[in-house]
Amino acid sequence: MESFLNRYRSITVLLLVILAQLVLVAVQVKNDQDVRMIRVWTVSAVTPVARIVEALRGGSSGLIRNYILLHDAHEENRRLQAEVDRLKLDSIYLKNEIGLADRAKALAVFQSHTPSKTVAATVIGIGAGTNSKMVFVDRGTVSGVERGMAVVTPDGIVGKVITAYPTASAVLLITDPDFAAGVVSQKGQWRGTLRGQGTPICRVDYVPFEEKVEPGEWLYTSGDDRIFPRGFPVGIVKAVHSAQPFKEVLVDPSGTTRGLEDVLILVEGVHQPIPDAPPANQPVFIGTPPPAGAVKPPDNPASGPPAAPAGTEADRLRTQYKDIGDAQGHKFGEGIPGSKPPDFNLKLPGPVGTPVAGPAAGGAPAAGAPAASAGRGQAPAVPASKSAVPPGGASHP
Amino acid sequence: MSYSGGHILLSSQREGQISQFPAWVMVVVPLAAILFQVYVPLFFQFLSFLEMPLLVVVYFALMRRSQISGLSVGALVGLAQDSLSKNPLGMLGIVNTLVGYFAASVGMRLDVDHPLIRLLLTFFFFLFHQFFYWLMVRALLGQQLEFGTERTLVLGLLNAVVGVSLFHFLDKLRKTT
Repeated sequence: MESFLNRYRSITVLLLVILAQLVLVAVQVKNDQDVRMIRVWTVSAVTPVARIVEALRGGSSGLIRNYILLHDAHEENRRLQAEVDRLKLDSIYLKNEIGLADRAKALAVFQSHTPSKTVAATVIGIGAGTNSKMVFVDRGTVSGVERGMAVVTPDGIVGKVITAYPTASAVLLITDPDFAAGVVSQKGQWRGTLRGQGTPICRVDYVPFEEKVEPGEWLYTSGDDRIFPRGFPVGIVKAVHSAQPFKEVLVDPSGTTRGLEDVLILVEGVHQPIPDAPPANQPVFIGTPPPAGAVKPPDNPASGPPAAPAGTEADRLRTQYKDIGDAQGHKFGEGIPGSKPPDFNLKLPGPVGTPVAGPAAGGAPAAGAPAASAGRGQAPAVPASKSAVPPGGASHP
Repeated sequence: MSYSGGHILLSSQREGQISQFPAWVMVVVPLAAILFQVYVPLFFQFLSFLEMPLLVVVYFALMRRSQISGLSVGALVGLAQDSLSKNPLGMLGIVNTLVGYFAASVGMRLDVDHPLIRLLLTFFFFLFHQFFYWLMVRALLGQQLEFGTERTLVLGLLNAVVGVSLFHFLDKLRKTT
């Protein structure tokens, strides 16, 4: 017996190891329970290293870009192309930094406005396996994260926490085939179950075929799943296929469209009403108005013109040209082609006659000013460029 | 480093030299491979095709020329991968155990220092790994996982090419006797 075991020792060990793992799989599948201890060991071994690497990467990227690359560029400084390449690299880096700052700002604004209690987290790794739809974030039970909590971004839902470890958590993404969430349509108020497909597009199950579903509709969380609070954006209906007994609805999720770097974990979700209007694609920051005394008064208020009326430059031009037309008895919008146009170089006394910096003062056709304004994107909301200055210049009545 | 280019089949097991590695290499290299797979694709998504843990398992199994050692490394690395995925523990563990065992078995018969042999073996074991994992997911979990043959072949080739370079690097960590 002993010689038999010695002879077939390798195959015996192989069979034992395989058998042990098969039992492990069977127990987990049958009881739907996880062997948490082994996972905790592995995650505790890997995630601290990932955090250290991430910290080193963040800290050293500036050094690498600003010193090593600059050093290389200095060596190749005689060649203009090298200089251009370096500037391009710098540009990409700065754009990335701005993008990062924008995302952080959007996250902070969202975090301060949402009634739910959230914890900000950074994605530090993805799940093992080439087709993984799972990520690891750097917040765990120490930060109050628990299994089953929802993970969102300002753009929409991202996934849910499937395992919480002390210093990290595993998040199942919305695109994973095992993911499901209750959703409700903003427009039609129909309900369904959102499921991942392993692709960037998700589908909604259990939408009765008699419901009217249109592409472009926004979907929100319904709150029925007890994971995602009601009222969080989910995505836009991309396509609808009629089928019996349920429609096939494909959804483009909005939460993952701009990549995943920073997310929010809903520690205490608060249900919200479904908004009437679709969410804006990006939060817009509106700064505080300038103080009243910040505008510098004119040097000689007695002789000089008073401050220009409020509005854009196009508003001022419109007022100016209207007064010039009124002074010469010209009515805009009337007159036949070829008739004499008003003299737009006429200087009027008072505030409206004050020449605007640029073309009006130089005697050039005044049409250039509003056209330039429109080109800078200042005029679209103002009809001045149509009524005051015709596109054909001064010859148009 | 010189490869024995004369023949690729060993006439006896004595011809095959068993490579020894320092203990820290046996710990750090698999951990680094797992960390690579978890962390690097975050920033370089095109590198997500690389199955670094599998390459490391194949390398250690081939070079140690011990079936028990090979299957042990495979089981540990596979379980670690399972821990970092949503799979039940043991799915990748079983697959990597088999890869480690068979790689060690092959390593006892072939001249595994030959780069062409390494390329072919890595390619083969990648296909074996992918196919067996697909089979187990269908059989044990009842999930309909798609198996793209062409994609798997291409990924196998890419992994094999990277594997040969990686093996060349890992050769430098062997103990010199």
